[in-house]
Amino acid sequence: MDITRFISTHRKLLLVGFLVLILIFITTLPLYARASDVRVLTTILIYVVLAVSWALFSGTTGYMSLAPAAFFGLGIYTMALLQKELPFFLIIPIGGLVSFAFAVLIGLVTLRLRGIYFAIFTFGLVVFMTEIIQFLETRLWHKHGQAIIPIDNETLLYTMLVLVVVTVLATYFIRRSRYGLALLSIGGNEEAAEHMGINTTRTKVLIFAISSMFMGAAGVIAAPSLLYVNATIAFSVFYSFMPIFMAIFGGMGQVYGPVIGAVIFGYLEKTLRAQLYSYFMLGFGIIMVVVILFLPNGIVGLVPMLQSKLGGLMARLRKGEQGEQHANT
Amino acid sequence: MVERIPALIIVGIFQGSVYGLLAMGLSLQYGVCRVLNITHGEFVMLGAVLTFALSLSGINPLLAPVIIGPLLFGLGFLLQATLFRAIKARAPSPPAFEGNALLAAFGVMYIIEYIARITWSGRLMPSYYLVDIVSFLGMKFVKNQIVTFAIALALGVAVYLFLSRSRMGRAIRATAEDASTAGLMGVNTNMILAFSFGLGALLAGIGGTLISMKIAVSTTIGFSNTVIALIVVVLGGLGSIPGSFVAGILIGIVSMLVAGFLEPVLTVPIYYAMLMVLLLVRPTGILGKK
Repeated sequence: MDITRFISTHRKLLLVGFLVLILIFITTLPLYARASDVRVLTTILIYVVLAVSWALFSGTTGYMSLAPAAFFGLGIYTMALLQKELPFFLIIPIGGLVSFAFAVLIGLVTLRLRGIYFAIFTFGLVVFMTEIIQFLETRLWHKHGQAIIPIDNETLLYTMLVLVVVTVLATYFIRRSRYGLALLSIGGNEEAAEHMGINTTRTKVLIFAISSMFMGAAGVIAAPSLLYVNATIAFSVFYSFMPIFMAIFGGMGQVYGPVIGAVIFGYLEKTLRAQLYSYFMLGFGIIMVVVILFLPNGIVGLVPMLQSKLGGLMARLRKGEQGEQHANT
Repeated sequence: MVERIPALIIVGIFQGSVYGLLAMGLSLQYGVCRVLNITHGEFVMLGAVLTFALSLSGINPLLAPVIIGPLLFGLGFLLQATLFRAIKARAPSPPAFEGNALLAAFGVMYIIEYIARITWSGRLMPSYYLVDIVSFLGMKFVKNQIVTFAIALALGVAVYLFLSRSRMGRAIRATAEDASTAGLMGVNTNMILAFSFGLGALLAGIGGTLISMKIAVSTTIGFSNTVIALIVVVLGGLGSIPGSFVAGILIGIVSMLVAGFLEPVLTVPIYYAMLMVLLLVRPTGILGKK
C-alpha cells in the first residue's frame, strides 16, 4: 500500500480525524493532567485566538496592526468591571462588542488613509489605553487596579476552546468569502481593488473590527486567571507582540499557520519565560528577523519548499525504480 | 496659574527640540529608505545608556556624542546596507517591502533592547549634567535644558542645511523622490540609503545623550521614545524634515502644558487626540506636501 497515495486520496477525512483527535485531547485533558497543565493549555489557546485573528486582518491586507493588546486588554477590563453585574457567559460577547466598536472608531480614523498611518497609530495605542485607564482609576474611581473573582480552570478551558473553534471557523469562512478575496486584493494592489468596485475602506474597517472582536472576547476569558489587573497588566505590550511573532513564525498564508506558531511559542513561553526572560525575548527578535528574511511564508511555507526540493529527488528515485521493473518484465 | 504659562511654554520648547531631533531622524529614515524604523527608540536608548557608561569612565556627556555618534551611525548604516536591502531585494512590491521592513525592524527592536538589558539590566542610570539653575528674564531654568535646546537646534539646522544645500543632500532628496531615476543619474543609491539610515540613527543617539543629561535613563526607555517620535513625525508630515522639528516643539509645549495644568498621565492620550484630529482634517501633516 502506497502511503503517500493513501494520504492524498483521503486528505479531507484524515484532516477531520486529526482535528477530532485534538479536540478529544483538549476536552479530556482536565481528567488526568495537573491543574497547571490545564492553565498552560488555556494560555496557548488564548494565543491561538490572538494570532489567528491578527493574521486575519494584517496577514491578508498588509496593514500591520501593532496593537492586539489594546483590544485584548479592553476585554480584560470589560470583565473586571462587569463581573459582579452580569454572568460570565454574557460578558464574553459584550467584551467582543466593546472591542469591535473601539476598532471601528480607530479604523475610521486611520484605515481611510493608505499606507503606514495605521501601523503608526496602533503602535502607541497600548500606551494610550494604559494611561487613560490609569487616569480614570486613580482620579475618578479612586482605586488601584481591580480584583477579579476566579473561575475554575475547566470552565475557562472549555469556553476558550469554544472561542478558538469559533475564531478559526470564522477566519476560514471569511477567507473563502467575497470579503476574503477583497482583503487579498487589497493586500495585492489596493488601487486596483478599488477600481474593481470593492469598497476598500468598508472592507478594511469591518474585518479589522471583527478580528478585534475575537481579541476582546479572548481578553474576557483570560481575565479570571489573572486574579488582579491594573492598567499596566491588562494592556501589556507583550500581548501585542506575541501574536505578531506567532503569526509570522507560523506563516500567514493559511489559517493553520498562526495556530501552529501559537502552539509552539505559547508552549515555549510558558515553560522558558520565567527563567530566561531576557534571552527568551532576544531569541524572539532574532527568529523574527530570520523568518522575515528567509522564510517569507513561515514554517508552514517550509513544507512546500522542502517538498519541491525533495520532490525532484524522489521523482528521480522512482524513475529509477520503474526502469528496473520494466527491465524485469 | 496664568503666570506659569510663559515658563511652561519655554520649557516645552526646550523639551520639544529634543523630540524634534528624534523625529527628524525617523522622518529621514522613512522618507528616504521607506523603512518605518520602530527601532528608533532603541537607538535613543543606546545613546542615553552609552552616555552614562562613558560618564562612569570620566568622559564628559558633551563629548560623548563624538564616540556614540559614529558608533550608532555605523550600526544604522550596516542595518540598511544588509538587512533592509536584502528585504527590499526579495519583496514583490513596494507596499510589501514596507510591511516586511516594519516587521523586521520589530525584530531588531527586540534584539537591541534585550542585548542592552542583558548587558546593563533594567536599573536606573542617573547621569544628570549641568543641573545648576540660572535665571533668565525673571524665570528660572535648569542649565541643561538650555544647553540641550542649543545643541538640538544647532543640529537640526545643520541637518536641514546639509539636506537642502550640499551635493550629498541633493542626492539624498533625489533618492527619496525616485530612487531608480536617481540611480540612472549616477547616484549610488544603496550608499545613499545606508547613509540616510545611519544619519537617522546618529540623530537618535545624540538625542539619547541629550535626554540622559536631564532624566535618569534606563534600558527600558526605548519604546516610549519610539511612540513619541512616531506621533511627532505624523504630526509634522511623513518625510518632511522641517515639519518634524516644528511638530516636535509643538508636542513639547503641549506636554508641558498638559503636565502643568491637567495631569502628567494624560500626555499620550492628548497626543493621540491631536493625531486623530490631524488625520481627519489634514492627513499630510502640518508641513507635509500633498
